Amino acid sequence: MTRLGAVLLVLAAAASAVAAEIPLAERRSSYDLLSPETKAMQDDDLSNPGSLWVLEGETAWERKTGEANKSCADCHGDAKETMKGVAARYPAFDAKRSTPVDLEGRINICHTEQQKAPAFPFENRELLALSAFVARQSRGLPIESNDARLKPFIDKGRALFEVREGQLNLSCSQCHDDNFGHKLAGIPMPQAHPTGYPVYRLEWQTLGSLQRRLRNCMIGMRAEPYAYGAPEYVALETFLMWRARGMKMESPGVRP
Amino acid sequence: MARALINVPAKAKRGDVIAIRTLISHIMETGFRHSTTGAVIPRDIITTMVVTYNDTEIFKAELHPAIAANPFVTFHTVATESGTIAFRWTGDNGFDVSEQAKITVE
Repeated sequence: MTRLGAVLLVLAAAASAVAAEIPLAERRSSYDLLSPETKAMQDDDLSNPGSLWVLEGETAWERKTGEANKSCADCHGDAKETMKGVAARYPAFDAKRSTPVDLEGRINICHTEQQKAPAFPFENRELLALSAFVARQSRGLPIESNDARLKPFIDKGRALFEVREGQLNLSCSQCHDDNFGHKLAGIPMPQAHPTGYPVYRLEWQTLGSLQRRLRNCMIGMRAEPYAYGAPEYVALETFLMWRARGMKMESPGVRP
Repeated sequence: MARALINVPAKAKRGDVIAIRTLISHIMETGFRHSTTGAVIPRDIITTMVVTYNDTEIFKAELHPAIAANPFVTFHTVATESGTIAFRWTGDNGFDVSEQAKITVE
């Protein structure tokens, strides 16, 4: 009943507001909404469970695998140098495919084409470990989105962000542009900036990708989620990173 | 895939109270959950954590299904002498992980 009440309140509030982009200076990471305990958990590498994946990723980075018997390090060297700021630019445009690929997608392309190994399934532990390790090298750096080739995909992502869908007939924008800070089922709604991905979510009890988080929202809207890897997710990710341009990366973040 | 992170101060003064912090990778599956087909997911948890300081037991914990995944355990002890603090976690399905850290007491 309270959940329904909260949703109705959101709908009532949304009806009176017009979808508007959040001014750049007023954007806030959802870190600001965390309890002091959860903030402390994220801030200290020893208590941040995401560190476990980062360490596993560091090992996986050096491990030779696939038919090519190559490790990530064989091509990319020391990730602390070569991967610095990389995750802050993803999803990035892939000229060969004429489409953006997200970080997990890029790792899988390398894994199958360079290492010649079978692709990781989505949300696979080693895949998340590698993406956490790569994303960790961008912590504290600003998100970049200035490739003109991304423009059509940003526009597509924006359209998906603003379209109403699901049985609740909600758009992402109604919660995250118009009503952030208000409560949904007792929890303050964030502005939805993907600063900490892959993120350790306490509800999941594990690390998860941005695609997994987007699926969560779609299920909450009672919409049918796209399949993992769908171009719609990559467009949404591309839009969200553009929307968060200039904000600092926190990966791996901790969220409730 | 099991991995543990431990934090023990490298140096301490004799008699100092020191904080020891540990984080270990584990799914802590409760045994009370069901899969999408209705089958019970078997319990898989860490059941015991034991810490010794130069072979003397200084801390022991029994862990239960209500404890979250990737347990973070922190406790305090008194720095008495230089040596090794050894950690051991054991649990279901033969789970057994050991780590150790050196401490210098002046």
